[in-house]
Amino acid sequence: MTVSELANILALQSFCLPEPGREVTGGYVGDLLSWVMGRAKAGDAWLTIMSNQNVAAVALMTDAACVVLTEDVRPDEALLRRAQQQSINLLGTKRSSFDTAAALKDLLR
Amino acid sequence: MGDLKLTYQVDGGDLLQAGEASSQMKMALKKLDLPPEVIRKASICMYEGEINMVIHADGGHVEVTVGMDAITIRLVDQGPGIPDVDKAMEEGFTTAGDVARDLGFGAGMGLPNMKRYSDEMEIDTTVGVGTTVTMRIHIA
Repeated sequence: MTVSELANILALQSFCLPEPGREVTGGYVGDLLSWVMGRAKAGDAWLTIMSNQNVAAVALMTDAACVVLTEDVRPDEALLRRAQQQSINLLGTKRSSFDTAAALKDLLR
Repeated sequence: MGDLKLTYQVDGGDLLQAGEASSQMKMALKKLDLPPEVIRKASICMYEGEINMVIHADGGHVEVTVGMDAITIRLVDQGPGIPDVDKAMEEGFTTAGDVARDLGFGAGMGLPNMKRYSDEMEIDTTVGVGTTVTMRIHIA
């Protein structure tokens, strides 16, 4: 499943989608950035409520397929700018992290 | 062909801006014919090191050497040094302040992550003088 397909199926809001064809192979939920750095895998859709610009850096370093800001969190201006600069797929949803993760898990089955 | 050497300055103070050096390194590594997982490991190691430098040492510099067998990342700072390296290596132990924590850092995972994703890691630190962390990530 590509990021673009994921966005369509879950009706995610697209803040920045420079690489819609990236393959989503897993998921990770976390807001402590160092924890995410340690545990997230390449190709994960990363669900978080953090919205500062370090989110883009963590997504870049971990090779996350995309970031999904949950709970109706919106990226601050700096995050949006950095995501654009660094070609990070940045999506959003009103759903909770729990509901989004559950839906993602179903899709990946 | 000789080793490729890259040098980056890391400014202290602004944690929001941290990651610039790591991002640049990742872009540079991506242009080389290296396995993605090697680039990923090197990027995580470097980023955690960069964050540590900003939080604890008011910045420093990083020397990256890409050789045939390994990527070597040497983080050099003139910060306060690490009084108890064994303690600092424990997951969950942190001396980071509230600002770092509010941004999602300071979980006490930085050094453990660097250890986890590097194949070799050496910490040379003197309290009041500074810290040099050298990490090697093997290529294939």
